[in-house]
Formats: sequence, structure tokens, C-alpha cells
Amino acid sequence: MGEELKLLGVWGSPYSRRVEIALKLKGVKYEYSEEDIFHNKSASLLKYNPVHKKVPVLVHNGKPIVESQVILEYIDETWKDNPILPRDPYERAMARFWAKFVDEKCAPALWKSLMGAGPEREKAHEEAHELLNTLEGELKGKKFFGGESVGFVDIMANFVGYWVGVLEEAVGVDVLTEDKFPVLCKWAEEFRNCPVIKENLPPRDRMVAYFRDQRETITTFYKNKA
Amino acid sequence: MADQVTLLDFWPSMFGMRCRVALAEKGVEYEYKDEDLWNKSELLLRMNPVHKKIPILVHNGKPVCESLVIVEYIDETWSHKAPLLPSDPYGRARARFWADFIDKKFYNLGQKVAMTKGEEQEAAKKEFIQSLKLLESELGDEPFFGGKKFGFLDISFIGFYCRFYTYEMCGNFSIEAVCPKLVAWGKRCMEKESVSKSLPDPQKLYGFVLEVKKAMGIE
Repeated sequence: MGEELKLLGVWGSPYSRRVEIALKLKGVKYEYSEEDIFHNKSASLLKYNPVHKKVPVLVHNGKPIVESQVILEYIDETWKDNPILPRDPYERAMARFWAKFVDEKCAPALWKSLMGAGPEREKAHEEAHELLNTLEGELKGKKFFGGESVGFVDIMANFVGYWVGVLEEAVGVDVLTEDKFPVLCKWAEEFRNCPVIKENLPPRDRMVAYFRDQRETITTFYKNKA
Repeated sequence: MADQVTLLDFWPSMFGMRCRVALAEKGVEYEYKDEDLWNKSELLLRMNPVHKKIPILVHNGKPVCESLVIVEYIDETWSHKAPLLPSDPYGRARARFWADFIDKKFYNLGQKVAMTKGEEQEAAKKEFIQSLKLLESELGDEPFFGGKKFGFLDISFIGFYCRFYTYEMCGNFSIEAVCPKLVAWGKRCMEKESVSKSLPDPQKLYGFVLEVKKAMGIE
């Protein structure tokens, strides 16, 4: 069957990498197209995501799906091998709740506490600590948020699992420390060492250099978007 | 074993309304508990320690939080009747996308339209109307966002429709003048018992918002 699957993404974006993890976990083949998100968005991107004009965009047989959490659910429902979400409705609700928590609360606070400036950064730093504490509590006793293997919440938490460490190195600030968050740090290490995930992480040196150099551009870009 | 279902809610909440409508669509019997948000109950704090917010669905003692998560949970648990999400993955992805859009845009913009004045309010009104038009275009010529049948996306937005009167009165504009199809959609939804019995009177809601503004010292 002529199935067309294309992913519009950005190499350093945790959001588009989430989609790649999900597709690779399911063994699904796709064509990848790199977007120049800061300077020159492609005609395809603008056509397929006119509302937000962002990546990732998954285009399946010409039909676009956008927003990483929505895309992950679509992938799970379309390719049924190696399920990402649990089957039980209550477990699924818990997964969706924690995915939203990680994405809408943790990631922005962590980003601001690392890439922000002045009093806003201080406030974000405190907030990030509280949120990481909550996350640590949710993880206790489990290898992954998904249980014995990587699942929906783990994938959505990729920012915490890898990007936080990279940003910490780039800006010389520590947030996710082992003394304060031993369970989360262990999880992050397990996450990064998972075969599919390990192969799919953007190269660390390149990322550190990128965030260091681009800090100015990114900070202004996100300031204007907020 | 009889199901024990409780909804911790706050009557003016558009997020709570989503859960009420979803439960009504499925014909689920439940206990409704109205919370005083300025004096949250021990039950609320215990059931949602992370966010300390309503709505919370408690099913046989186990809490589910976040309104859209609750609606999907309701759809999957009482799956024998009135499916809320479409069955095809693409249709489901579209519904989830637009529900996420509604969450990202309308609550904050609506708050600004209702609670601010002058330039800030005008800017909010402009973006609010733009967002409404975008949503209206998704409706197209179908009776509901779900197509021929009332569903997940209709449920996601109906609580905001209930606030249209408040936004119009506070912002001094007519939503029907800019988005007639959306208003017609709202009226059509209100003809359904699951909706009309779950939503408060728009005028009562406006009165409540005025009281809040007064208490906060906003003219």
C-alpha cells in the first residue's frame, strides 16, 4: 500500500523528537524534513499548520496532524504494535494528566529557570523545584513513568530527560541535581540509555554549542511568542 | 456493583460544564458537589493535590483531573452509549487539536475581555474575535463540530458559549454580528437536554462575574 508519512521537524526540538521516538518505537518508516523555524518556514509548514505555524507536523497520506501530544495519540491509535498508552481507561487518564503536567507546567518553568533572566528567572527556578518534586513523587518505585518500559509520559518528558541537562551545561546553571532529585535523575539516565531513545537524541556537543550561541535569538523569539 | 460517581465542580466554570455535559450525554448518574473556590474543601485538596482545582471526577474513589482528560475518561469508561470522539484516528486528532486550541486561547482572552478596560480590553477583543472566526471556520456548514452528531469538540466549547453574554456585555460588542454560525451552533446545542440541564443561565453567570469584578475593585 502506498502509504505516505512525512514529519516536519527541527533537529534540536524536543517536541519533534517526541514524534520520532514514537514512530521509531513502533517501527514505522517516515520521511523527515528539517524546518528553519526561526528564519524561513517552508511553504509546506505554513500550509499544513496555518493556525500555529510550528513543528512538529506529521503528514499522513496528505493529512496533517499537529501538536506533539495529539500526534503521539494519533500514532498510537494508527499503528497498534508496541502501545505507548496503557489500555485501562483510568491508567490512560493518569498518563494524559501527567503528560499535560510535564508539558504545560514543568517544561516552561525549567526553560525560564535556565534561559530566562533577572527576577523572572528566580521565580521560575523556585517553581521548577516544586514541580520537579511533584514529578519525583509520581515516579517513585517505578523504572519509567510507563512502568517497566518507556511510555507516553516518558516520551512527553523528554525535555526533562535530556534537554534540561544540555541547557544546564550551556548556561552553567544546575536545576535537576542528584542530591535533590535522585529518582528523577536515575529515570533520566535510564531514559537516555534506552536503545530507541539513545539513537534518536540530537548530538550533545552540537546542542550545547547551539544553545550557548543561540541563547540570544531563542530568548528573544520566545519572549515575542509569549 | 453500583458505580459511585462524584463531580467536584464550581457552577460558573466552563471546564466543569464540559464534564457535566459529558456525563449527561452518557446518562451517568452522579453526585454534584459545588465547591467554594475561596475555601476549598479537604476532599478537593486530597483529590487534586497537584493543581488544587476543579473539575475533579471521582469514580469509585479514584480521582480524574483536568476537564478534557475527564471527558475522554468518561467516553472510554461508558463506551456503550453516545460516543463523544469520532472513531477514526484522524477525526480524533482534529477534535483534540481544536480542543487544545480552545484551551490555549479562549480562557485567557475571555478573562481579559471580561475583566479589563481600555487598550488592553480592545486588544483582547480583537484577538478573541479572530480566534472565534478561526473556530467558526472549522465548524463549516455542519450542525456540530462533530459533524452531524454532537461530540467532544462541541462539549469542549459549549461552556464558553454560555459566557458569550458576559463577554458581550463587558466588552460592548455583539458576537452574533461577527460569528453568526457559531451563535447558531450554540443555540442548536442548547436544544439538547444534556446541555440545557448542565449549563447555568447566561444572565446569572453575568451577574456572578459582575460580583467578582466588584469584589476585586474592577469597574
